[in-house]
Amino acid sequence: MIKKLAPFMRRYRVPAILCPVAIILEVIIDVSIPLLMADIVDRGIPNQDVALITRTGMLMIGLALFALLVGVSSSWLASTAAMGFGSEIRKRLFSRIQTFSFARLDKFGVPTLITRLTNDVNNVQNLTMMGLRMAFRAPFMMIMALVLAIRINSSLAMVFFVAIPILTVGLGLIMSNAYPRFRALQRKLDKLNSTVQENLISIRVVKAFVRSTFEKDRFRNANQDLRDRALKAIRLVILNGPMMQLAIYACIIAVLWFGGGMVRSGDMLTGQLISFISYVNQILRSLMMLSMVFIFSVRAKASGERVIEILETDSGMIEPDPETLEMMGDEVQDGSVEFRSVEFRYSEEAEQNVLSDISFKIRSGETIGIIGATGSGKTSLVSLIPRLYDATAGEILVGGRDVRDYSLKTLRDAVAVVLQNNTLFTGTIRENLQWGKEDANDEELMAVCQTAQAAEFIEEMPEGLDTMLGQGGVNLSGGQKQRLCIARALLKYPKIIILDDSTSAVDTATDRRLRQGFAETLQDVTVIIIAQRINSIQHADRILVLDDGRINGIGTHDELMEQNEIYRDVYNSQQEGVKDQ
Amino acid sequence: MSQDWEKVKNTRRQQGIGGHGPGGRPRLEKPKNAGKTLWRLFTYLSNFRPVVVLAILLTIVASLCNIAGTYMLKPLINGFGAGLTPMDQIGQIIQMAIVYVVAVVADWLNSLLMVQTAQRTIFRIRNDLFAHLQDLPISYFDSKTHGELMSRFTNDVDNVNVALEQSLSQVISSIVTIVTVFIVMLILSPILTVAVVGMLAVILLSLNFIGKRSAKYFRRQQQALGYLNGHIEEAMLGQKVIKVFNHEEQTKADFAVLNEELRSSATLAQTFAGVMMPLMSNLSYVLYAIVAMGGALLTINGVLDVGTIAAYLTYIRAFTMPISNIANQLNMLLAALAGAERIFEVMDQPVEVDTGTVTMVRTSRDDDGRVFEDPKGPRWSWKIPREDGFDFRLVRGDVRFDSVTFGYTPEKGVLKSVTLYAKPGQKIAFVGSTGAGKTTITNLINRFYEIQDGSITYDGIPINEIRKSDLRQAMGMVLQDVHLFQDTIRENIRYGRLDATDEEVIEAAKLANAHSFIMKLPDGYDTVLTGDGDNLSQGQRQLLSIARAAVADPPVLILDEATSSVDTRTEKQIEHGMDQLMLGRTTLAIAHRLSTVRNANAIMVLENGEIIERGDHDDLLLQNGRYYELYTGISELT
Repeated sequence: MIKKLAPFMRRYRVPAILCPVAIILEVIIDVSIPLLMADIVDRGIPNQDVALITRTGMLMIGLALFALLVGVSSSWLASTAAMGFGSEIRKRLFSRIQTFSFARLDKFGVPTLITRLTNDVNNVQNLTMMGLRMAFRAPFMMIMALVLAIRINSSLAMVFFVAIPILTVGLGLIMSNAYPRFRALQRKLDKLNSTVQENLISIRVVKAFVRSTFEKDRFRNANQDLRDRALKAIRLVILNGPMMQLAIYACIIAVLWFGGGMVRSGDMLTGQLISFISYVNQILRSLMMLSMVFIFSVRAKASGERVIEILETDSGMIEPDPETLEMMGDEVQDGSVEFRSVEFRYSEEAEQNVLSDISFKIRSGETIGIIGATGSGKTSLVSLIPRLYDATAGEILVGGRDVRDYSLKTLRDAVAVVLQNNTLFTGTIRENLQWGKEDANDEELMAVCQTAQAAEFIEEMPEGLDTMLGQGGVNLSGGQKQRLCIARALLKYPKIIILDDSTSAVDTATDRRLRQGFAETLQDVTVIIIAQRINSIQHADRILVLDDGRINGIGTHDELMEQNEIYRDVYNSQQEGVKDQ
Repeated sequence: MSQDWEKVKNTRRQQGIGGHGPGGRPRLEKPKNAGKTLWRLFTYLSNFRPVVVLAILLTIVASLCNIAGTYMLKPLINGFGAGLTPMDQIGQIIQMAIVYVVAVVADWLNSLLMVQTAQRTIFRIRNDLFAHLQDLPISYFDSKTHGELMSRFTNDVDNVNVALEQSLSQVISSIVTIVTVFIVMLILSPILTVAVVGMLAVILLSLNFIGKRSAKYFRRQQQALGYLNGHIEEAMLGQKVIKVFNHEEQTKADFAVLNEELRSSATLAQTFAGVMMPLMSNLSYVLYAIVAMGGALLTINGVLDVGTIAAYLTYIRAFTMPISNIANQLNMLLAALAGAERIFEVMDQPVEVDTGTVTMVRTSRDDDGRVFEDPKGPRWSWKIPREDGFDFRLVRGDVRFDSVTFGYTPEKGVLKSVTLYAKPGQKIAFVGSTGAGKTTITNLINRFYEIQDGSITYDGIPINEIRKSDLRQAMGMVLQDVHLFQDTIRENIRYGRLDATDEEVIEAAKLANAHSFIMKLPDGYDTVLTGDGDNLSQGQRQLLSIARAAVADPPVLILDEATSSVDTRTEKQIEHGMDQLMLGRTTLAIAHRLSTVRNANAIMVLENGEIIERGDHDDLLLQNGRYYELYTGISELT
């Protein structure tokens, strides 16, 4: 795991390397100050040497101030490296997710992606911070103290060689058992967060069905699970503290026992025994620090692996390599579309095909309507054109070339899609529209809004294009949102525009004007409209009737009326009212 | 870079007031009323008062034992010097061992208790927060982003948790140690203690200096974290749109700005937090040096003895360490306080007003025809409290609006003096252009929002006299935006009525024409829907939501564009089911497709928040007005 994450430290390697150096300096001063102290007590006082006392005292003060400076810089270095490291990982993770295909996004799901980008990266970052500050201090401190202790009395130092292995085994046991518990904890956290999120999104449903008690119970269960998991993990981990303390005290008593004998037999001085005990304290305090890092690393390991899982997941969509593109050119010639015996299912595990045996051709500039029952595969079909998903079999051609032979950017620039479940983002109306074209000026914006029948309501708003939209555009009606989404897509000036039931919340008259606007301004653009209302597609050049993932008929309105039963059915179901006239 | 950051900050700030709710307050940045927040946290802890008291006692025992252990070293070692063998001193050594063991056990028990108390407290806080959130009015949710409310559950709760689990015991044990050691020091040498106190002032001043900066950058870090998490949330939810628009690079650039701000503020915050330790330990070395020098000079003058200095010096270490410990915990405590304050701020939001006393109960009739409450009774009745007992009135589904005026903000009226009625079993349809106020009408009947003027009655009872939960139970809604839960299809339908049997669920699905597509799914009714039903088409989701309303079996049905994404052929197929569903129920339906409202008893044509025409289909056509124009396609809605 360290090997996989280490490259993210590259940019901050200077502070990451300097930090331990500063810490080692600090430790050296730390250890030497008590030695200077001994000078004052052992030599200064008995000799009544005021000069030595003041000189050594001043040296101590000077060293302490220097150590202070070193300490401040080590803190700065550690923070710079750790926070930089975290931010690099976060950035890479975010970029990686940006490359994910729709299929990949479906697989992971939104809540876990959010937890991984926030909570998990934070865990890794905090461990790094801790590691930089303690992982070097503790061992170095331990080695210094061990060396000094051995110099005082090597046989007494055997105590450490008994205590340290025992502690290591104990720590290992705790850690290996804690790891699965922390993983479970992290999963429960995912679950709790997704429950909250779901409730925030669906609050209207919860209230309308008076299910708040039910939801409270559901949350309580998730919460209880999380609490139990957390307690299970933490109860184990807090054993570490008493284990270490017990070891310290056992060592001190052993040292007193054996050391006491040595002092009596004259093999050791009282002062040496006192120093030895202070080294015992120091060694075991370092061990405790180390064990804290280790234990924390258990939790961070669970997080780190979740992060790496994302980093190692490929985009799920292969783009042609740049040289091939260079050679073949990367330009969509026109807005023609062709499906050749296309089959599609959402995942390999899925048993049924969503689309089977789809073949048809659309000429550039044609307007095509798609109609079919709910779940007949209309959305799936059009999402293959801008390569939101890859076909399972067969090929799709745009501008006479396989969609897989374009770069995704080129392809998606040429093909605009207004999704069924469209999203607006926090920001002004202008900022949202400019997603279509970054440098579009107001005139351009209003022109497409005119076509999309959005100009009027925007102008009515007190701040016009500068009106702030809340999250998901909460302050707009459904129909207004849809029209803004259409305007946003138009602004791309695409060769192909796909409207996936994008006017379902728009009233009939506005819908009609939209179509008129399209007919006038988008003459060279291939328009593909999925609709429920025959009215919306009746005047299309051709209409495609989908049934259960297969093409049931294709032709003009009149042709289909004559030949296609489904189409006739749909038509009749919508015309009863009008026939009365 | 900083300019970009300012821009982002402003955008995020404005967004709080962008919604049509009462408007979000700017984000709280520091504990404003630390005392009050602390007190509230303690009231949470007080549920576990005996445990907390025990934990505190254990902390005190552990700290005192640790100090005592150190204290006992001196006579032992002096004994060796005086020629005593360990065997001679075995009593003393055993005593010491006991003291140590007591310290360790007390420490361990304490952390066990604190961890459990912290987890249980956090559990309660989370539950209370979630429960309160459930009771807040819809307008509150309009004014807050999901990311903002989510971070109450993640960041803020985490911060409080850390403080409860670790910081509290550490601060208590540190204070005990400081006080004890100070007393011992005072006994050993009052003169040197004066020097210590002087130095202590310097230490505290520098701590204050660092602490202030640290707190400032911590606030900046928390704020940056909040914005970044908001961005992450939005980007992940809108990821598919981002891809469709090739907007990945721009999104990454926005992310980079926020990420960079977090990096720089976090670096500063962590630097200042990390400075505490070296600052404290090295200042204590300075103190150490001063005491050593001063002590040595005093010894030469015969005021002190060497032993006292040696002991005194060890106590200085024991004295300054807990101070730096407290300083270290300070940031965490501040973060926890700020977090707790934000949590309590949500908990203090006024909940939906509900002064309703009328409830809905099952009733039967006795032989004299008198209605009485009976949980197994065949009919629903309103139970209306009177001065002497209760009145019962059958739930029939009579809905009336009397000059209702409403606006999401007071200055912008959405409905103007709307009057209408729906008699039991009638189907009333609303027609009008987007923004005319159709959805608003449904939002008012179930009291998602409160009307400003006029009155709405249900079976003759003003709806604000009916308990909200009962009112909503008395109507089923199929909303424009379908929301499904991450659960099986079966459970999603059952959401309408939790005690519905599997047969009833399937019956409802058949009624909504959802049964056939459900059976085609790999696991049928046990298929688990992913996030908000992403693996179903919009139309299929609508069918599920109709099935959900069908299972609820309410006297009043509200259909807000219930079939807008369902193709007309399927709609035709479910028409029979829908008619079945509407039979004997008052139905309020909103639709764009005029064909779907034709058979309504009355059609209301809404424009700019007013009803401009009303009547049944034939009446309206005869009126030759707006509806006629719409229906025949002469006129166009805007």
